[in-house]
Amino acid sequence: MLGFGGGPSAIPLVHQEVVKKYKWMEDDEFSDVVALANTMPGPIGTKLAGYIGYRIAGVAGAINAILVSVVPTIILMIVLLFLLQTNKDIPAVQAMASAVVPVVAVMLGILALDFVKKSGESMGWKKTLIILLLSLIAMSLLNIHPAFVILSVFIIVFAPLVKRRNNK
Amino acid sequence: MIYWHIFMAFFIPGILGYGGGPSSIPLVQQEVVEHYGWMTNQEFSEMVAAGNALPGPIATKMAGFVGYDQAGILGIIVAVFATVAPSLILMIALLSVLMKYKESPYVKNLTKYIRPIIAVLLLVMTFDFAKDAWLSIGWISTLIIMIGAYLLLEKFKIHPAFVICIALIYGMVSTLF
Repeated sequence: MLGFGGGPSAIPLVHQEVVKKYKWMEDDEFSDVVALANTMPGPIGTKLAGYIGYRIAGVAGAINAILVSVVPTIILMIVLLFLLQTNKDIPAVQAMASAVVPVVAVMLGILALDFVKKSGESMGWKKTLIILLLSLIAMSLLNIHPAFVILSVFIIVFAPLVKRRNNK
Repeated sequence: MIYWHIFMAFFIPGILGYGGGPSSIPLVQQEVVEHYGWMTNQEFSEMVAAGNALPGPIATKMAGFVGYDQAGILGIIVAVFATVAPSLILMIALLSVLMKYKESPYVKNLTKYIRPIIAVLLLVMTFDFAKDAWLSIGWISTLIIMIGAYLLLEKFKIHPAFVICIALIYGMVSTLF
């Protein structure tokens, strides 16, 4: 409930509960789970909850842990947005809603720059720029669905592995 | 049919959104706004703002809201399931294999190479949203809010929830003049 700002910010809070309070896991084990969740797609908060729930109490544990981490905030979200939608005709509410759009734009921009910086540091600026340009052209100019662009990355990354196996 | 659409709309971001919840935002936008036309960009950004201001993982909050909006309670269940289940099942099923390959350069490369693609999607959305704001509230307010929000978020490290509240107040005050 307290993990404001999306999944990753919940990691230290989950650590506090799982390792320190309930002692379900050792520190090493916990960081292994986090590393693993990072290599898999999808939201990280629910992967942690699901896996830890599964470890402690099987499938029911997984379902339980996910429900607990997901349901309260979804209800809040629906109430908040429907309040907004039913009061849409009031000019002040409309102005408030429009004022939020630029803020979200900035948040997404910051996130984007963060991603670019991380890529630049981890694989060099030349490669990063090439991928940035290629994916910009593919998705914005050629209108290729992002799913295909990401899938082509899978193929490029794993192609050398397959080739090596064939050569043996 | 609607349940199948909801499932697909969140299944794709769920299995392709490498790098945690926030990286699935542009993928969800692609499906919900561009593909199925369930929402406008304005409504989508309201949803992201609300999602950012509220606690908990953002991907499931988006799934829950869109699911409910389109198909009620059952819609929530389908959307959240599509977001959460595929990657979780993969993770539990492949745990022993993955533990071995956690350090493998191939697996690490995957996240590395996908990151810039997500960055491009986020940047495109940034420009889209800025353009929408420009058209609806004019360039002066848009610039003031964007610069203000950037300074508050990056320079002063103010929590997003408060920055959104400040923007709401700005919007309310601006109608008084």
